[in-house]
Amino acid sequence: MSITPSPTRDEQCESLRNAVIRFAGHSQDGIQSIGAFLAQLAGTTAQDVMTYMTIPSTISGGPSIFQVHLGSGKVLHPGDEADTLVAFYQDSYDNHLKSLRDGGICFYDSDNVEEVKDERGIIHIGVPFTTATIEAIGGTAKSRGKNLFVLGVLCSVYQLDREKLFAIVAKKFGGKSEDILRNAQLAFDAGAAWPVHDIEHMPFVPGENSAEKRLSTDGNTMLSLGLIAGGCRFGAGYPITPWSTIMEMLRVELPKYGGMFIQVEDELAAVSMAIGAAYSGHLAITGSSGPGLSLKSEAIGYATMAELPLIVCNIQRGGPSTGLPTSVEQSDLLQAIYGSHGDSPRVVLAPRDVEDCFYTAIEACRIAREYSTPVIILSDQAIATRIEAFEEPDLEKHWREPTLDLNERGADFKPYPLDAITQHSAPGSRSSEGKYPVVTGLEHDEWGHPSANPKMHADMTAKRRNKLVKLANSLPSPDFYGDEQGELLFVGWGSTYGPIKEATDRLRAEGHKVGSLHLRHVHPLRNGLDQIFDHYTHILVPEMNDEGPYGHGQLATLLRSVTCNPAIQSVNKVEGITFRVRELISAAEKLMAQG
Amino acid sequence: MSEPAAAPERLTKKMLKADHPTWCPGCGDFAVLASFFNVVQKLGIPHEKIVCVAGIGCSSRFPYFVNTHGIHFIHGRAVPLATGISLSRPDLHVFVFGGDGDGYSIGGNHLNHAARKNVNLSYVIMDNFVYGLTKNQTSPTTPIGRKSKTDPRGAIDQPINPMSQLVASGATFIARTHAAQVKHMNEMFERAILHPGFAVVETLSECTMFYPGAFDDGNPRKGGKFDLVDEKTQDMESNLAALELAELEAPGKFGVFLEKQRPTKNEGERAWIADAQAKAADLSEKDLLRQRFAAMR
Ligand SMILES: Cc1ncc(C[n+]2csc(CCOP(=O)(O)OP(=O)(O)O)c2C)c(N)n1
Ligand code: SF4
Ligand SMILES: [Mg+2]
Repeated sequence: MSITPSPTRDEQCESLRNAVIRFAGHSQDGIQSIGAFLAQLAGTTAQDVMTYMTIPSTISGGPSIFQVHLGSGKVLHPGDEADTLVAFYQDSYDNHLKSLRDGGICFYDSDNVEEVKDERGIIHIGVPFTTATIEAIGGTAKSRGKNLFVLGVLCSVYQLDREKLFAIVAKKFGGKSEDILRNAQLAFDAGAAWPVHDIEHMPFVPGENSAEKRLSTDGNTMLSLGLIAGGCRFGAGYPITPWSTIMEMLRVELPKYGGMFIQVEDELAAVSMAIGAAYSGHLAITGSSGPGLSLKSEAIGYATMAELPLIVCNIQRGGPSTGLPTSVEQSDLLQAIYGSHGDSPRVVLAPRDVEDCFYTAIEACRIAREYSTPVIILSDQAIATRIEAFEEPDLEKHWREPTLDLNERGADFKPYPLDAITQHSAPGSRSSEGKYPVVTGLEHDEWGHPSANPKMHADMTAKRRNKLVKLANSLPSPDFYGDEQGELLFVGWGSTYGPIKEATDRLRAEGHKVGSLHLRHVHPLRNGLDQIFDHYTHILVPEMNDEGPYGHGQLATLLRSVTCNPAIQSVNKVEGITFRVRELISAAEKLMAQG
Repeated sequence: MSEPAAAPERLTKKMLKADHPTWCPGCGDFAVLASFFNVVQKLGIPHEKIVCVAGIGCSSRFPYFVNTHGIHFIHGRAVPLATGISLSRPDLHVFVFGGDGDGYSIGGNHLNHAARKNVNLSYVIMDNFVYGLTKNQTSPTTPIGRKSKTDPRGAIDQPINPMSQLVASGATFIARTHAAQVKHMNEMFERAILHPGFAVVETLSECTMFYPGAFDDGNPRKGGKFDLVDEKTQDMESNLAALELAELEAPGKFGVFLEKQRPTKNEGERAWIADAQAKAADLSEKDLLRQRFAAMR
């Protein structure tokens, strides 16, 4: 099924308890930083926030946007339409004016942009970002500092907490020279003092969330910190967008915890090195994005066969091949589940938002250890790069100590017991019998000796598969929301969570009976999904991947094969951007209209 | 490798022997295995601290034939795997075994990077100039003109010169030996193990099945010449001098080509850990993470 966006405009974001601001410029303009400053402000002043950014894959010069959705309730998605657009150039103005809602406000750099009259009641406000900034800072500044000028303008228009906001800016520039900080202040103050006459100033109302222990950050950060909290201390990787920030963070953080993260020559070395650390008795992590996951597949299959715990992060981007390196897609699901030769069961988990990256990482660590098996964490570019605000995790509850078991192994030790889950004897563990095991990728008997015995291969294959069956039996009910029976059930995974939940709310507000189910454990799936599905006329799976030759997205294909339920349909999007809420609503309405 | 600690028990050959090797009768790799047993016994490394690592190939079957902790990995990736062991477990003695295909072809780039990183481990390459396990295809060291299943008209590609490749990559210990020269092989292995950092021993090991006689020119008992590096006149720390040895016509010279000291990857990473932990002072790990959270408010 393809999407026909409904022409009606969104009702959300009317009040100033909820505002979507889109910055459109070029990557060197520092619009990401303004977005991040606002997001951080939201985090510290009990607003909720979600950001959305596109970054060009070229380092400088490409068009770039950053969108901030500030709200005082729970903000679930980056915002379908912007209430305010800030356009730095003519192309930013021309390309993004349509993202503004009717009656929205457009600030544009009157030094660069020629205003176009339109019929949608948009309030146009030209401000000479460039010359006003140069004037404020002094002649040598060229166009640097424009972003802070704009931040100042917004601060005054929305009547944000000026002191707090500038404190955040100052913290960022704190380590740099006096000059830089002074210029930042000058640009910011000039913006804040700029007379914007055409509109009423609109105070933004803080929400009710307790601001005390709220964090605002991006998904890759929370994934990295979750791995640390989960007990991961060793890892290796090779740079690729949007995975790289995880390796950069772990490279710096892990030594503080006595661990290390190594940059290596390629993804094959990265996964191999992580398996080496895993074999040595540590919980180890490697990761990449799409192409890198493909390179790691042979070794992930090895980890399955050798029964070693291993965490593999895949921060999905648009594929295949180099594809859309800085855009979002969910098209690696089947690669994550099946991507290796042979029957090579592994576990696949997907975080649903920034906060959930932390808990999903910890869950991955738990499963990898308990089941001695590879676990893939499927995040995506959207979650990886956007900023959200949420409660600080309670480490008393979630912390898992790293372990290194070097206890002596007795006479009964078998490296690959058929009737129990493998718990390796890492090198350094003595054997009371003086017999030491070989960990192997050849099919083997219970002692690890190579074995081509047909029954042994069947038994060992079943053993590896049954780990997943056992895990599936132990999984908690998936995240459920809305009506427990009715016209339609959304089933989602990963970063579609926010838009799905919002769509569920709005459809229910219109009187529809709709529920939504979000899967963190995408493989193995929890038992009993078929019974849940039976309570709905339609099952709709929104996925940012292609419908393929048979007309179903990747998770939908899997669910259809597992449940044999023909009511499962998917709504797919491969435009490199996340679903808009209204796209999900119209897809759902279309299905429900069929009865 | 650093100086091994005093062993609590003396290892015997019996303790070290595992499955009987599946190699063909006469295969050069038997001698390599026997030599490894000798050297490990002599050096007195604690039994449970020995780790044998290999990729895929006839020679890479090595770990099954040694009764120590071992891991038989995938083709070409033994070196990065062993790097993960060495870096994360400084208490272990890590040995990698493999063939020319495994080490110089599919795993060729890993060799460069382990050398430049100077990872603390010993690597014995049983070079037979052929793919043994897959039954006689051209390998990266097969000489020009040699016929194989994939080059029935004779090999046409220039063989790799592993010794000069290792010099160029920044290796700190490179030696060359011959599986038919047991005493020399013992000596090379022992020096490699004692070397702090990445130590490679290129070991000519005959594949009697597919390439018999490949190394007769280096074997005096077969009418060849076993010509040794003269360490009294050789500058052991000079890359240029090592390259000159590496470029000699077959059968070339045998012995240590290059031996120098440079900080290991292991030391570099440990120094970082020590600094980072000193800065963290007495904070517990949980509090460290809480501190990180506080910076995100
Ligand atoms: C990814 C992959 N490609 C190919 C093979 C098949 N293969 C196994 S061993 C080998 C060559 C081994 O040659 P070498 O490393 O020289 O070892 P030898 O048998 O000569 O000791 C090949 C190509 C494999 N196991 N895995
Ligand atoms: S095929 Fe060659 S290398 Fe392999 S075991 Fe036989 S003789 Fe040795
Ligand atoms: Mg070979």
